[in-house]
Amino acid sequence: MSPSLLPWYYVGQRFAIALLTLLIISFTVFFATQLLPGDVAEILLGQAATPEAVAGLREAMGLNAPALSQYAGWLAGLAHGDLGTSYANRMEVSELISGRLANSLRLAGVTTLISVPFALALGILAAMYRGSALDRAISICTISVISVPEFMLATLAVLVFAVWLGWLPALSIGGNADTLGGLLKTYAMPVISLAIGVSAQMVRMTRAAVIETIQTPYVEMALLKGASRWRMVIGHALPNAIGPIANAIALSLSYLVGGVIIVETVFNYPGVAKLMVDAVATRDLPLIQSCAMIFCVSYLSLITLADIVAILSNPRLRR
Amino acid sequence: MTLTKTLAAVLPTPGRLGYRFNLAGRTGLCVIAFWALIAVFGPLMSPYAPGEIVDWDYFSPMSGQFWLGTDYLGRDMLSRILMGARYTVGISLAAVAITVTAGVLLGMTAAVIGGWFDMVLSRLLDALNGIPSLLFGLVVVAAVGSSIPVLVLTLAAIYIPGAYRYARALAVNINTMDYVTVARARGETTFYLATREIFPNILGPVLADLGVRFIFIVLVLSGLSFLGLGVQPPNADWGGLVRENLEGMSLGAPAVIFPSVAIATLTISVNMFIDNLPVKIRDRSE
Repeated sequence: MSPSLLPWYYVGQRFAIALLTLLIISFTVFFATQLLPGDVAEILLGQAATPEAVAGLREAMGLNAPALSQYAGWLAGLAHGDLGTSYANRMEVSELISGRLANSLRLAGVTTLISVPFALALGILAAMYRGSALDRAISICTISVISVPEFMLATLAVLVFAVWLGWLPALSIGGNADTLGGLLKTYAMPVISLAIGVSAQMVRMTRAAVIETIQTPYVEMALLKGASRWRMVIGHALPNAIGPIANAIALSLSYLVGGVIIVETVFNYPGVAKLMVDAVATRDLPLIQSCAMIFCVSYLSLITLADIVAILSNPRLRR
Repeated sequence: MTLTKTLAAVLPTPGRLGYRFNLAGRTGLCVIAFWALIAVFGPLMSPYAPGEIVDWDYFSPMSGQFWLGTDYLGRDMLSRILMGARYTVGISLAAVAITVTAGVLLGMTAAVIGGWFDMVLSRLLDALNGIPSLLFGLVVVAAVGSSIPVLVLTLAAIYIPGAYRYARALAVNINTMDYVTVARARGETTFYLATREIFPNILGPVLADLGVRFIFIVLVLSGLSFLGLGVQPPNADWGGLVRENLEGMSLGAPAVIFPSVAIATLTISVNMFIDNLPVKIRDRSE
């Protein structure tokens, strides 16, 4: 194989692995949720249903088919964008999800826009002044944030900004924000809590990536030749740290997937995660399965993206 | 007298093994030991029964009678936190023990046997790693309902792929060493190779990994309980305590602050301890 094609070979391999992973995940999600005790047809029809009616509904819903063929049918439906019908209110799952998904994506997008520049700046600063008081302070803060559960960041944010300072409302009602101020107030709390969590990971990984390049001989050479600390880091170290940093960004963003579940619940934010947690409470299987797949797909895409960035940015593969 | 003396002479204390813990590491260790003792003896020391309503007022502040205030039903918070320690620490410890045992056994086996066995196992467990941890817990608990055995097994299952990956990487490195090759040439069995040649040499880093997984498991358990899917009322672990008293947040009630503080001190101290482990334990290759 020609050397210039080598990175693309690895990228293709990553894609293949991601697809295989997705298949295994869908299998796990489907069969984990199928373990649900109780007969779905009985639950749907209620206690007054006759055995004949239950049997009829089971037949109509395809519940008598073997589990594997049910799985195949479900998977084929997913591929066509047919997510099934909600048990709880007979609505199309895709219809229930579409609006919520936009809300969640908006939340994730705003968080990304805020946390990436913030985290990169802090991470690079910490690496530049390694061992200084600033570095230690940043390090202590990020370790503390990583060590506490997501809901604590959210409750802490509520405590500080809503209870003690009284700046922001404790609940978020997304979508009905007409003015800029209202919009800010709606998003501020969930975004702040999410951004703190995401940034902490990103700062640590960025710091590690930059420090690794600073320790290479060519950067040391630049320092010996009299380049300033800023020039050494910005001009010499950073260009070669971009790959690992992009990798760190993608990996840290995968934290959003777990964080969003907690944050949407705490702030009552109308996103996919809130929908899913509510669906768990009502045991609405098709809804749980679809939401779970959405989360798994976004998580997997971010991880795969991180891998691909790492492959493409590796100069040893680019010759 | 003689017994304690001989014990002291035999015990593998850090000093005798040739490494010391620094200040941050010791602080972490002390806090961990504190919570471990609370988990075992705490409920015996609690001033009230954790489920008993002892105050007519709810969300009352800290006082001489109720050291950490009372919760949303007027139950004593100190007693509930002491009891919660048993749930949080106990469930997490059980789960992390299963995780690391399974991960290390599978990892060593994969490294020693190698070939297609290694490849299939690695691919499968890597795929499970592609499921976000909290989501995995949500789906399983939604499916089979929440009870303590289910929680322990689910939490363990979530982190087995990670523990496996780590142990396998360590074991693969040791597997290429000359002494393992010699043992293999002697005709030793897979079991012997794994337990006698590889295991003693990956033990240190594996213990560090156990600490890291313990933190993750505490966080996911607290998250699940916070969503109402963990330990079920009237019992509550620390995450559950935060959930049930969440309405008291606007009052700044101690009932919502102290369980959070408990979780934070536990996870941060484990992190501090792991971060400051002597290099000799963390990485034996150096």
